[in-house]
Amino acid sequence: MNAHTQVSNYNFAYLDEQTKRMIRRAILKAIAVPGYQVPFASREMPMPYGWGTGGVQVTASILGPDDVLKVIDQGADDTTNAVSIRKFFQKVAGVETTTSTEDATIIQTRHRIPEAPLQEDQILVYQVPIPEPLRFLEPRETETRKMHALEEYGLMHVKLYEDIAKNGHIATTYAYPVKVEGRYVMDPSPTPKFDNPKMHMSPALQLFGAGREKRIYAVPPHTEVISLDFEDHPFEVQRFDKPCALCGAEQVYLDEVVLDDRGGRMFVCSDTHHCESRQAAGHRGEMSGEVLS
Amino acid sequence: MYVAVKGGEAAIDNAHRLLADRRRGDRSVPALTLDQITEQLAIGVDRVMSEGSLYDRRLAALAMKQARGDLIEAIFLVRAYRTTLPRFGHSEPVDTGAMLIERRVSACYKDLPGGQLLGPTFDYTHRLLDEDLEGDPQVETGLQRGGIQEPVMRVADILDQEGLIEDDGAIDPALEPGDINQTPTEFPMSRAMRLQSLSRGDEGFLLALGYSTQRGYARSHPFVGEIRIGEVDVDVFMPELGFAVPVGRIQVTECQMVNQFKGSAKAPPQFTRGYGLVFGQSERKAMAMSLCDRALRAEELGEDLVAPPQDQEFVLSHCDNVQATGFVEHLKLPHYVDFQAELGLVRTMRAEYEQCTGEAVLETREAAE
Amino acid sequence: MTVSVRIDQASVEATDLPLMSVRSVSKFYGQRIGCADVDFDIWPGEVLAIVGESGSGKTTLLNCISTRLTPTAGTVSYRMRDGEMRDLYGLGEAERRLLLRTDWGFVHQNPADGLRMTVSAGANVGERLMAVGDRHYGKIRATATDWLGRVEIDADRIDDQPRAFSGGMRQRLQIARNLVTAPRLVFMDEPTGGLDVSVQARLLDLLRGLVHDLGLAVIIVTHDLAVARLLSHRMMVMKDGRVIEHGLTDRLLDDPQAPYTQLLVSSILQV
Repeated sequence: MNAHTQVSNYNFAYLDEQTKRMIRRAILKAIAVPGYQVPFASREMPMPYGWGTGGVQVTASILGPDDVLKVIDQGADDTTNAVSIRKFFQKVAGVETTTSTEDATIIQTRHRIPEAPLQEDQILVYQVPIPEPLRFLEPRETETRKMHALEEYGLMHVKLYEDIAKNGHIATTYAYPVKVEGRYVMDPSPTPKFDNPKMHMSPALQLFGAGREKRIYAVPPHTEVISLDFEDHPFEVQRFDKPCALCGAEQVYLDEVVLDDRGGRMFVCSDTHHCESRQAAGHRGEMSGEVLS
Repeated sequence: MYVAVKGGEAAIDNAHRLLADRRRGDRSVPALTLDQITEQLAIGVDRVMSEGSLYDRRLAALAMKQARGDLIEAIFLVRAYRTTLPRFGHSEPVDTGAMLIERRVSACYKDLPGGQLLGPTFDYTHRLLDEDLEGDPQVETGLQRGGIQEPVMRVADILDQEGLIEDDGAIDPALEPGDINQTPTEFPMSRAMRLQSLSRGDEGFLLALGYSTQRGYARSHPFVGEIRIGEVDVDVFMPELGFAVPVGRIQVTECQMVNQFKGSAKAPPQFTRGYGLVFGQSERKAMAMSLCDRALRAEELGEDLVAPPQDQEFVLSHCDNVQATGFVEHLKLPHYVDFQAELGLVRTMRAEYEQCTGEAVLETREAAE
Repeated sequence: MTVSVRIDQASVEATDLPLMSVRSVSKFYGQRIGCADVDFDIWPGEVLAIVGESGSGKTTLLNCISTRLTPTAGTVSYRMRDGEMRDLYGLGEAERRLLLRTDWGFVHQNPADGLRMTVSAGANVGERLMAVGDRHYGKIRATATDWLGRVEIDADRIDDQPRAFSGGMRQRLQIARNLVTAPRLVFMDEPTGGLDVSVQARLLDLLRGLVHDLGLAVIIVTHDLAVARLLSHRMMVMKDGRVIEHGLTDRLLDDPQAPYTQLLVSSILQV
């Protein structure tokens, strides 16, 4: 393919400047009203809805030629969709890309927040499928917007109450709702609740893009992000019994890998960069010698 | 001068002639061959086979050509042909576990026995128009995983080992599978019959319904347990022989959707299944079908019926695009007689209304005076 | 517990001031009259029954004064907990919704309209508490348990969904859900309609007790004069959208003035 001549017909980072300006305005508004879902005129993107079109539009609008981009999906740089999006920006923007959390200026993510703490000059862009935290309690947009406007969040706690009444504990494990700066209840995107505390008072700017649902929202740096709970049933994150089988890391989020059809399983870091840098630094887990089949 | 409408027959003949002319288009452009269609518009062909309920690529291609690329019209042609074929019997259930897979992905596990196999997918292509395809560029041969092809375990079976997913349901050997072509529609419909209806249901309709379940109308917390595409044997039991013999191979797409389920009075907490199986390569359809199948099981699982995708009658009565297109398009047929009756009624009501408001206006004027 | 909304009632419960004043309220549907020129006041702790046949405009009136329907003309003012009299249709939506879920209750004829059928009884009762900011699971549950007891629902049904309840139990649960924030005014639309006679009697008994103990003001719509006689202090009789007679319940039932009321009373209360 003569990719170069073809791509020359597209603007830097794919979107035209008018569209970028429109999206940047939405982003600025989102930053000004933390946790509020700003509607924006989401564009058709060259990947399907639900595959990160919101995140891609946000990234395309904030990306500059000097940025260093990292893209992860499920915590990993090498998952197919992350590879695909990274290649897309290499192709249409020619920016430098990296797998290193520390070296990136923009990190686009689906379903995870990197384990390494983010810094002030970094922006984390989340891909969001359903931006509305009240959606599964109330399907109508007209009603949920009113509920946000009037701060009517009782229903959210009814759901948590039901969880405790049924299971003895809150049974929401991902997309766990948070309250931002004491005002808006927000969906953190389907990250495991393990990652919720990382959003709180983060020095990095966090942007959320939902392409199909046409919403952008934001958590500015150093903003309070509190996971909803009850006084007598406080929010808790997942714990794993074992450390990572490859790098021995504890207090990180682990993926389960099925080894064979006889029930063999191992648990490894979902954040591949974190795992690799630990291994490079000499950390070892119980199966780090073995080759993955 | 007024001329009463007559000569319908000649008009129809002329319309068909014009249609044939337009179908062929510019005669200086070579006509499409069926090989070109089956080879290069293969996914369209698969859709026509699937919704036409007839596994025959050549006939599907012919229908597409004849229908000028209108897929629903092509499906209609295939269905109309299919109905003329004698029914010999039914096959044994196809064993998708024994499938020779060309594509197999799971969203539940990062890696698993047999691995993730992307196969020929649009998924990670960038939707940038490729101007090269205006011509006929050289295309490299595809690379495929080497070695012996052997059956790959189904992801549902991995969950099954731990008892975390509901049973697939044993097949009662005495049970004759229903046939939606032979039985009049009656509700409630068995799951087997529902799956038949969904499998030939309109891709767009099922897609929209499945999508609505993701957006909160009968939400089912779905995960793609597995999507696999490949060829399977079709075996038919021969009473004369006393065993089943393979009569051919077909390509199918299977989707096993794994759904979270909190349990109810009728079932313990466990993962439940939504199932999709269609002819050829049609992943979107198989996925949408599995979402709809799961939604339609609401009653069986003791869930609340709150949204259209859970309503058997709503879904199954409207998912057939041949039926739907027929009825919607029939509105362009003459309705002069009924319309005339309505015209009379509206005129009468209109006269009554005007008389009434006229009086009211008069009254207010009097009151004001 | 619910202190946040339980403002000192004594200070505003000056019984010489009405809780709600309805003036010249009319509702037209095109040329048809829903209700016309209705005036009345209701005082704290008072039970007012609006009676009439179906189609007499009583439910339209109830909806107009409870902000569920905007009247075509007239005013409805309400004494807020701070003692100030406010025009209901001048309130912002936030204020109106807050009023609806704290200071008011609305008991529907069909409990399914007033309950969340797919969440547990406990959460149904607890929802209003959570809506006004209660965040202690144990306390919310304790209050819910207490209220279930007060409406004679066994404590061990707290985690069951109302779908599993009988009609009478659902209605009692709906009442508990409404009363948990100690409202001052409760609207009821045929609360005993659709229930068996014996179940009706038990519910009426329970309602009478609660209304008395809590000093609730109630506006109840019913076609059943027996319900009005048992629960209400005052009655309004409606026909064709207009109030044709209005007075103390005992007086009105013993000595009806309007011919239509005489007919109603004689036809229903013979037994």
